[in-house]
Amino acid sequence: MTAGDRLRWGLRGLGQTLITAGVVVLLFCLYELKVTNLYTAQQQGQLEQRLVKQWAAPVPDRRVPAAFDSGEGIAKIYFPTLGSDEVKVVVEGVGTEDLKKGPGHIPDTALPGAVGNVVVSGHRTTYGAPFNRVDELAIGAAIVLETQGSWYTYRVTGTSIVAPSAIEVTFPVPNQQGRTPTQRLLTLTTCNPKYSAQTRLIIRALLESTLVKGPGVSPPALVS
Amino acid sequence: MYSYIWRHLPGPVVARLTQALLLFAGVVALLFFVIFPRVEPLLPYSNVTIDPAPAAAPART
Repeated sequence: MTAGDRLRWGLRGLGQTLITAGVVVLLFCLYELKVTNLYTAQQQGQLEQRLVKQWAAPVPDRRVPAAFDSGEGIAKIYFPTLGSDEVKVVVEGVGTEDLKKGPGHIPDTALPGAVGNVVVSGHRTTYGAPFNRVDELAIGAAIVLETQGSWYTYRVTGTSIVAPSAIEVTFPVPNQQGRTPTQRLLTLTTCNPKYSAQTRLIIRALLESTLVKGPGVSPPALVS
Repeated sequence: MYSYIWRHLPGPVVARLTQALLLFAGVVALLFFVIFPRVEPLLPYSNVTIDPAPAAAPART
């Protein structure tokens, strides 16, 4: 083997390695941006079927947060101003596996419609990206939560960008530890900017109206 | 490496091509179902929730 042969062999090996690495990186992008969506879509289908079955049963609304298991569907969320609602079942818990199924309700925060602060976290870019466009929610935009017995229409009151450690936005009275809540709030959290986790995007909303579910009853925000 | 694999696959060109594609599909499946799910938590953009100590509780993403 001459020096030239050895050089050619080495260069060819290097070229193949680089091409392989490139293909693996492209496959990873494909996985993150497409395959994770398929997983969430499949999980959402199952969760929705289970909710339909549960909600049809004549048991009263469960009002205690502890009544829900981690990963169980607890409500549906709608953003009427954003159009698409492919991922809508909110699950209990914000563990990695919970969030892969859909937006997650932080345990021990208020339940939909209750006095206090309902905090829901969701993926922005992968796993169905349920909160991909929440930055487009203007002040006054509707966010609707559907539970077994009720429709809750919230209106966005503001958005902010906070540090990932800003636990105070999840307090029953946001930013004020230990206060007893009187308002019915909803807080959404997701990563910010997109494809990063430098900060968190926070959407804050206030309950506007509650409708008891029944035949032909649906909130005006969803009808228009 | 690729030429080594190609030389050692048996049969005519069509059979070799089929086997090569199957090998590639196997590698893709390994990446999608085993490797990527393990690598994913190391990347930042799945951190969507608020956490007082992200380093201490990596499960809360």
